[in-house]
Amino acid sequence: MANMAQAIRMALHYGEQNLGVTEIFGEDVGPPLGGVFTATQGLERAWNAPLDERGIVGAALGLAWAGGRPVAEIQFVDYIFNAIDMLKLAANGHWASAGRYKTPLVIMTPTGSGIHGSMYHSHSFDSIATKLHGMKVVCPSTPIDAYGLMIAAIKSDDPVLFLKPKALLRSKGEELIPGEPDEKKLHEMIDAPLGDRSKWKAKWPKLTDYTVEIGKAKISHEGSDATIVTHGRMAPICLDVARRFTAQGKGKLEVLDLRSLIPYDWEAIKKSVKKTGRVVFVNEETEITNFAEHLIRRLIDECFYELEVRPRLLAGKATPGIGLSPNLEYFIQPQTKDVERVVSELLADPA
Amino acid sequence: MAAMPTAKTPSKPAPDLYKKLGAAKLLKIHELMVRARLLEERLIKMSKGGDGFFWIGGPGEEAFNVPLGLQVKKGHGVNFDFLHLHYRSAAIVMSMGAKPIDALRQMRSVATDPYSKGRNFVNHYAIPELNVVPVSPTIETQYATAIGTGIAQARAKTDSVTIVNGGDAGTAEGDFHSCLVWANRPALPLPILIIVVNNGWGISTAAKTQHGEEHIADWTKVFPGMPGKTINGNDVVESWAALEEAFAYVRKNRKPYLLEARCSRLYGHSSSSGANRIPEADCIELLEKNMVSRGLGKAADFKKAWDKEAADLDAAHRQVKAEPFPANESVWEDVFADGLPPSYPTKGGS
Repeated sequence: MANMAQAIRMALHYGEQNLGVTEIFGEDVGPPLGGVFTATQGLERAWNAPLDERGIVGAALGLAWAGGRPVAEIQFVDYIFNAIDMLKLAANGHWASAGRYKTPLVIMTPTGSGIHGSMYHSHSFDSIATKLHGMKVVCPSTPIDAYGLMIAAIKSDDPVLFLKPKALLRSKGEELIPGEPDEKKLHEMIDAPLGDRSKWKAKWPKLTDYTVEIGKAKISHEGSDATIVTHGRMAPICLDVARRFTAQGKGKLEVLDLRSLIPYDWEAIKKSVKKTGRVVFVNEETEITNFAEHLIRRLIDECFYELEVRPRLLAGKATPGIGLSPNLEYFIQPQTKDVERVVSELLADPA
Repeated sequence: MAAMPTAKTPSKPAPDLYKKLGAAKLLKIHELMVRARLLEERLIKMSKGGDGFFWIGGPGEEAFNVPLGLQVKKGHGVNFDFLHLHYRSAAIVMSMGAKPIDALRQMRSVATDPYSKGRNFVNHYAIPELNVVPVSPTIETQYATAIGTGIAQARAKTDSVTIVNGGDAGTAEGDFHSCLVWANRPALPLPILIIVVNNGWGISTAAKTQHGEEHIADWTKVFPGMPGKTINGNDVVESWAALEEAFAYVRKNRKPYLLEARCSRLYGHSSSSGANRIPEADCIELLEKNMVSRGLGKAADFKKAWDKEAADLDAAHRQVKAEPFPANESVWEDVFADGLPPSYPTKGGS
């Protein structure tokens, strides 16, 4: 089974072979490394850029205006802040130009915690990303969704920010990507060898177009007692809790994996909450002006009488950074036990 | 303004260059300079008269910007020149065929504003048929986006180039330096004509108080493979010759060239500084004087151009005043290229 980094790599290969992707670039994206998380190993069009985030996003924007479909990487989302201006230009270019300039570009960047990344390799960016109006924002939690969302992002005529949950880039999924060979063979075909790679070339499996529509959430676990709305790194944790709670008879939990933050699948959220009457939003952004607060406000506006109990938010604590010591990281960022606690409270709350 | 010394190669206006360009060409340049100047003055008047809001523009830069616009390889797509401009570029786009009435529309922010549908400040052009990419109020970001069209042109078999144009104060921003680094990248040098129009000011702050560089074009010393020059951008023929040389170099060698043009800023920075006439050298007066002294033009010819352009602007202004403002709901157009999702929040709250 492919891991998420391999899935992204295969989608990019499909993009450069079939969807007009001519440039895949960023810091250490090209050979010999192929990305610090290996997501760009073996790609024909991958190359190394100067260590300049503003230049990387600016280059992507210019390439898109010139008719290309570039995919650029910011090595860690923690380093995207100095490129905010450029992201804003990408996001507003279509609107500012009266719809005359489309900006079909993808910016991909590893996001979130979970690798003991300390203060500058653990950031989440969801809330700021969702304020870049005009930019689409996606964040997969499984390899197959990463594959399908990357293909959708490449096809999109809008700028797409592709958030890669860094803690999940080595995780494997439960569904095969169309055309994916067995795990050992895939490794031999597309993973660069250790040591000298100067003569190595990837051998790609025969891949097909598999698109996950941007703006469509996925019910990863059906339930009727309460809804967990989540995405990215927290999605498999929530899925695990839902499976165990259901198996143990503690409650039938529905897990809605958003996959897209902008546009978000409002109809899917409403439908699930109307069914269960109880909802918790789980993500690893900090709690102050958390993206999910907007969703909660909208639920209160539009589904007030369907809510049996107050909606909850489980989020990161509003500290200036993520501490390195495991004690600090696990305290700041939601963990499995926190999901269990908040879900238990949600289920126990009298209507 | 005195002629500026050059950074690398001394360049003096050739005494016969006016004659070399010829009366017909100079009269055409003069006409476009007048068109751009009167347009800017009309825009200022509209701003002050409540017929629009903020004004920012480039009166005083016509002697450089018109020759620039006339030397662009105009068209759409990677085989034509791309332009990453800033908000002082009216004379460039007018020289490329843009219509003054559309700038008036943007100033009045009416629905017919073709560049932004009434959403952006005046002189913020976006003209895909001319490869003029969206102008942004952000200072100097155009130097970063120029990298991208430069890469596209470096890959293509073409003689087209990317032109990026900005001001001297903005060269303190990192985007200017991004452009220099990326354009000179050994892995893929870029065909970018990097232009800085130096008027000596950043709003109210004198460049000499903030910049230790003697000339901005001295940045060429950091990149030995990149030629550059500082010129007197108030002089039409010096500008024409310098641009001809720079364009030829970039088109042929597929490498960058840094051109600094010293120009007047005739109405200050913008509305924010009053937009009143400043007693600096006027490049149109200079051109008329130089043409008359060489027998290449007459006062009557010049007056004809001034009168015609003014009359055209009067008519255009009357027309624009009768055009509607954008409908409120038009704000939801163009948010996304594939339309607004049905459940996108549009109420502005509860």
